[in-house]
Amino acid sequence: MSKRFNAIRLRFTSWTVGRQGRDPAAPRRRRSRRAVAPLATVSVLVAGTALTGCGQQRDGDVYTVLNSSTDDSYHRWDAQAMARCSKQLGVTIEQQSVPAAQVMTKALRMASSKSLPDIVQFDASEMPTFAEAGGLVDLRTLGLGTDDIPQGIVNFGSYKGTYYGAARSVNTLALFYNKDILAQAGLKVPATWDELRETARKLTHGKRYGLALSAGGAEDGVFQFTPFMWSNGGDERQLDGPRVVEALDFWKSLLKDGSLSKSTVSWTQADVNDQFMAGNAAMMINGPWQVETLNTKKSLHWGIARIPVPKTGDKSVGPLGGAVLTVPNTGDRAREKTAGRIVACLAGQKEQLTYALNSWMVPADEKAAAVWRERVPELDALADQVAAARSRTAEVGAGWSSVSLALQSAFQSALTGESSKAALTRAQQRATSGN
Amino acid sequence: MTMSTVTVPAPSAAQKAAGAPDPRRLRLRRRLAQWGFVAPAVVFMLLFFGYPLVRNIVMSFQHYTPKTFFTGEAPFNGVDNWSNVFQDALFGKALWHTLVFTAGSLVGQFCIGLALAVFFNRRFPLNGVLRSLILLPWLVPMVVSGVVWRRILDQDTGVLNSFLDTLGLGGHTPWLTSPGMALLSVILVNIWIGIPFNMVILYGGLQEIPKELHEAAALDGASAWRTFRSITLPTLKPVITVVLVLGFMSTVKILDLILALTDGGPADATQTLGTLTYQNSFVQLDFGAGAVVGNVLILVSAVFAVFYLRANRTEGK
Repeated sequence: MSKRFNAIRLRFTSWTVGRQGRDPAAPRRRRSRRAVAPLATVSVLVAGTALTGCGQQRDGDVYTVLNSSTDDSYHRWDAQAMARCSKQLGVTIEQQSVPAAQVMTKALRMASSKSLPDIVQFDASEMPTFAEAGGLVDLRTLGLGTDDIPQGIVNFGSYKGTYYGAARSVNTLALFYNKDILAQAGLKVPATWDELRETARKLTHGKRYGLALSAGGAEDGVFQFTPFMWSNGGDERQLDGPRVVEALDFWKSLLKDGSLSKSTVSWTQADVNDQFMAGNAAMMINGPWQVETLNTKKSLHWGIARIPVPKTGDKSVGPLGGAVLTVPNTGDRAREKTAGRIVACLAGQKEQLTYALNSWMVPADEKAAAVWRERVPELDALADQVAAARSRTAEVGAGWSSVSLALQSAFQSALTGESSKAALTRAQQRATSGN
Repeated sequence: MTMSTVTVPAPSAAQKAAGAPDPRRLRLRRRLAQWGFVAPAVVFMLLFFGYPLVRNIVMSFQHYTPKTFFTGEAPFNGVDNWSNVFQDALFGKALWHTLVFTAGSLVGQFCIGLALAVFFNRRFPLNGVLRSLILLPWLVPMVVSGVVWRRILDQDTGVLNSFLDTLGLGGHTPWLTSPGMALLSVILVNIWIGIPFNMVILYGGLQEIPKELHEAAALDGASAWRTFRSITLPTLKPVITVVLVLGFMSTVKILDLILALTDGGPADATQTLGTLTYQNSFVQLDFGAGAVVGNVLILVSAVFAVFYLRANRTEGK
């Protein structure tokens, strides 16, 4: 086969490079044969050292934080915060940023090669998985207090009652609306499902949809479904329960009215934001991390409100999102202690406030949140929503990824034709079978 | 395969050149030299193909969870992973999607690629420029094409639907948002990506066909279609095998394109074995189940590799 292959490769070279390719092997035939055996040895040695090189030694005063701040501004904010804490604690803190979806697998690989960083910033929905594997240190034993932190947020960073993760800031979802479009139509901001359906229907006009949300096949879509499921009293342990079915039926009704685009099932939350900014949607469900992008368009006047509830008087329960700082179990108690102090600094009131003001998220700390409310009154609704928000892993813990995958598939099936009940019944089976 | 191509000069010639020392030492040295050539390839294959392959097979019989990364313990659980995966309705779906996707992509890529190759095999002005332009989809990273196509195929704001709308051809096609259409759309995008590869290689094959054959056919009064069927296709057969097998190998394991276009959705309509492995291993962190699907994928590829080698051997004789 090699001969034919060479012919093809030569053709290919001439295609791309031009017809100057001579046979490069021709003048080299007189190489000494003696060089060959050492060459083989060297190649074996190189392979060997490359493999053993994986388990690296930790550097004395340099502490590493593994996070997902690959975005330019987040990376900068984190670097600044770490520089301040470095100065305060007299150590060097470095960050290593990988895309959010890779933090878990990267940390696991580091665990198996005994080269875990000193601090890992996990998305809160992933933390239980790592904690259950025995990879995290109880932050209380490292001297971190939880007195000023609201119980909901302590739970957010806890798994089976142990406090593993300190949140710097938290976020949730809210209803964003285009003030101009609503004013023009003379409509109020909807507060209940009926109002939302009615308002969205009236605002749908020409190329513009009344509402945009993400029902994409990833965590984004599930995150967006939870406020509808939970505000209606649904439970992620009982996906085929009537409350969850009702919530999904509500989504279906919005789609049937034409108030939601059919592309909803393929949109991420960033896509939803693009649609809203382009004026293709009058309202959207989204989170505060979009505010920075939203503000780049000066002509867009947006407001923010709580996500509508099934009936007047119901509580609007959204999902609590955000990352937590954790200290992995490296076995080196002294380093873990210092890492605990770094976490305490990064998640301290002062740093929380700075971070929250930069990123438009809500500080986890109660006192910092109070100051934050005064500084950004336009996001007041968000702070209320956060106070009532719920963590995705509170009930199912490390089983969340199974629930999430089953749920994605279910609402996508339902939004593209299947009945909500049938789709969710299948989802429940899938979630409990763990497959 | 490269191992077998080592050539050794005839012993008599070597003896003459070295002034005829001890023949035993000479033979030993030659042996060493032979192994010296072979060793890097063997070591490389064992390290980077053999080890992962064996590891993957072993892993599919283990209860391999995040905990394993800390304790290093992965208890064997017999065929639990296999039976779980095979009982999962999603596996059957993914297998079917993979087959449809592979067959559809290959047929599309090959037919269009061959047509273009035949077309460019003629001499005409701007031939070179056009050929280079057609290579472009190949140069764009898969994920970039995926993201761009996702925008193009958007139901409401996509360029394709707007274009169809101005032509009065509807323009509300739910390319990626309907479970019935999504797989087809993904196949179409993959055909677009695969055309350059097919065309380049087939064009290379066409250039190898001696001109006399075509001239003789023309003298005999054969029609263009007849010439293509009786001369071009048979002489091109070895190259066609290469194109199809290589195309198969790269298509059956598709992952990045689908992740960028649909993420396996909507409603699992575009889940393939590749995306299922990814989902099992890196979303659910159930590495045993992921390994099972991965093994099935390897098995499918291996079957075709055997076909390919056999076809090749008979050709070579």
